[in-house]
Amino acid sequence: MELLYFGDNGWGDELFIATLMTVAVSITAMFIGFIFALIFTPLKLSKFKLFNFIGNFYTTVIRGVPELLVIYLFFFGGSGAIMYVAQIFGYYDYIEINAFITGAFSIGVISGAYSTEVFRGAIQSIDKGQFEASKVLGLNKYIYFFKVIMPQMLRLALPNISNVWQITLKDTSLISVTGLVEIMRQSYIAAGSTREPLFFYSFAAVLYLFLTYISMKFLNRLEKNYSRGF
Amino acid sequence: MNIFKKTILTIFASLLLTTNVIADKVKIGTEGAYPPWNSKDSAGNLIGFEVDLANELCKIMGHECTIVEQDWDGMIPALLMRKFDAIMAGMSITAERQKVITFSQGYADEVAQLAVMKGSSLESMDTPSGINLSLGGSDVKKALKTLTSSLAGKTVCVQTATIHQNFLDSGDVGSVKVRTYKTQDEVNLDLTAGRCDAALAAAVAFTDYAEKSGEAVVLVGPTFSGGAFGNGVGVGIRQGGDDAIGTRDAKLLKDFNKAIDKARKQGIISKLAIKHFGFDASM
Amino acid sequence: MDIDLMITSLPKLLNATLVTLKLLSASLFFGLFIGLFFAILRVAKNRFLNIFSYSFSYLFRGTPLLVQIFIIYFGLGQIDYLKTTFLWSILKEPYWCAIIAFSLNTGAYTSEILRSAFETIKKGYIEAGKSLGLKYSTIFYKIHIPIAVKQSLPAYGNEIILMMKGTSLASTVTLLDLTGVAKYIISTTFKPIEVFIVAGGIYLIMTFIFHNIIKYLEKKFSYQ
Repeated sequence: MELLYFGDNGWGDELFIATLMTVAVSITAMFIGFIFALIFTPLKLSKFKLFNFIGNFYTTVIRGVPELLVIYLFFFGGSGAIMYVAQIFGYYDYIEINAFITGAFSIGVISGAYSTEVFRGAIQSIDKGQFEASKVLGLNKYIYFFKVIMPQMLRLALPNISNVWQITLKDTSLISVTGLVEIMRQSYIAAGSTREPLFFYSFAAVLYLFLTYISMKFLNRLEKNYSRGF
Repeated sequence: MNIFKKTILTIFASLLLTTNVIADKVKIGTEGAYPPWNSKDSAGNLIGFEVDLANELCKIMGHECTIVEQDWDGMIPALLMRKFDAIMAGMSITAERQKVITFSQGYADEVAQLAVMKGSSLESMDTPSGINLSLGGSDVKKALKTLTSSLAGKTVCVQTATIHQNFLDSGDVGSVKVRTYKTQDEVNLDLTAGRCDAALAAAVAFTDYAEKSGEAVVLVGPTFSGGAFGNGVGVGIRQGGDDAIGTRDAKLLKDFNKAIDKARKQGIISKLAIKHFGFDASM
Repeated sequence: MDIDLMITSLPKLLNATLVTLKLLSASLFFGLFIGLFFAILRVAKNRFLNIFSYSFSYLFRGTPLLVQIFIIYFGLGQIDYLKTTFLWSILKEPYWCAIIAFSLNTGAYTSEILRSAFETIKKGYIEAGKSLGLKYSTIFYKIHIPIAVKQSLPAYGNEIILMMKGTSLASTVTLLDLTGVAKYIISTTFKPIEVFIVAGGIYLIMTFIFHNIIKYLEKKFSYQ
């Protein structure tokens, strides 16, 4: 148990901070994923073949390749690509993207592909008659989208979004390659340095269970709130 | 147009929370998982021979340095991507690596040796105390033959992308089962767990592990040098070029070479080696 | 971009794909039995068995696969007692450690898929079977199983693809699967992007094939 002491001799404080890091990077990734979903869901639902193709390409490729590879590709290719773009604008110095952003972004891209599918499914299951109804009422496009479609989509999507959250949370265990010290990397370091892998990996499992448990409780409550009146 | 470019660049930069490295600042990449060369204490600070040496060399060069952590398997790709400017991570100077990066002169000698758990049949291997693969000769041939027959069918564990992996893959000791790990820590864990019949790494990596863990890890067979084991450990730097970055890299190489000369003359390298390895591994 | 490297590494990567497929098929095979076992416990009329089954599935679904494989490989390797038992001859091999971790993980997800399939089977079917004087085993094999298969095919198809991607973690315990060999090639060529793109392409093709097989099966079953 002294392995978990706070301070210089134990790993308690390091693991605590690492847990906060896991939460922070998961939330950021989820948010980035939503942004991706907001871009790609309309593309997937669009009437234009080209847009369809772009949307499908994104979700198919990202969901068809192991998360680990996606993260590796972002880690090794990300800054190279950005520096290449910067050079076009005449900027030659090194651009460093910190580990947090690299990690959150690569998980966000993955999370976004799943969110896109969830949003697409939700929108498609909304009754088409409502479109006609809002036309009759003379609502403009924006009101129709934000006041009619969005609230329903959120309610329909919420159960699946909590699945995406769980996937995202667990995927963050793979970003230790970027050097970000989250639960998994900290446990890895501790296990290597103390030679107690069983203890530290089991403890990591407990931390993840704790996080999935709390978030499940929270999301269930949210779900109940949203489905009031149905 | 210029303002337009600048604005875009600023937005772009702030979005990604970027920082740019000022030309005089040098970033040095190390693994932090290869004690006693480089490792981390429980407070998360980088420590070890190369961390101390890097700070000394930077003092001599008059550069402001930061030491950054990088997983071993991505070390050279990360250098090439300019995540840092130099590698000091127990990296031996080998022909294979020199195809993609360049090295300063060597600052320390890495003595590689096999390790087994006490009681292993390999303990009785009869070989000279050390062989230099570059020299060759009948002694070396005989030792390699002994190793080949002793290791036949055995699982030998090494860290990935190391000279140790290269040596085992080279076929010099026949076709052993090579198992590669991400870190030396994992090699040590699996050696004690009994999944490896033997492991190959820097001898000090094993003695350090045996001492700290109290596990009965013993060194066997000859110490290896030359050939696949390269010519000592040096600072890895990008190959220079004609552009701004290339000339900077070329200058950095010169600076490091000069600083290593100076540190050697002042006895700094020997002192640090004795502190961390228990013997003078400087070169 | 080093196109030459991409071409020369392709045969090695394709060879390693066989290891990936072996890992996948073994894990799915064992995982199906584990899943079926826990799904039956879950719908059983014993509260203790329900809780036991739920805990199993929660444990494996609530933690990352990477943690599970590390606990089984590095964690269990630390227990000296295990080395005196026959279990060690299995746990000694990274290959079996990976299969154990993957099977338990996919078993947990499969048990959830099958449970929800079992739950959708209407009481009426079973009553009907009973009133026809069918034996319980006949009801199980001829009514439960076909309906459950049809119900769970789409979700199970997803699980196969997720598991295929999950096998890439075998590389973290020294196995030379597709990802493992990709890393091995990178360790001597130092060109991660090229090699990972080829490896990613192979994974993508596998996803595509599995996706279409499942689609085909779904169609076939829906005509019943």
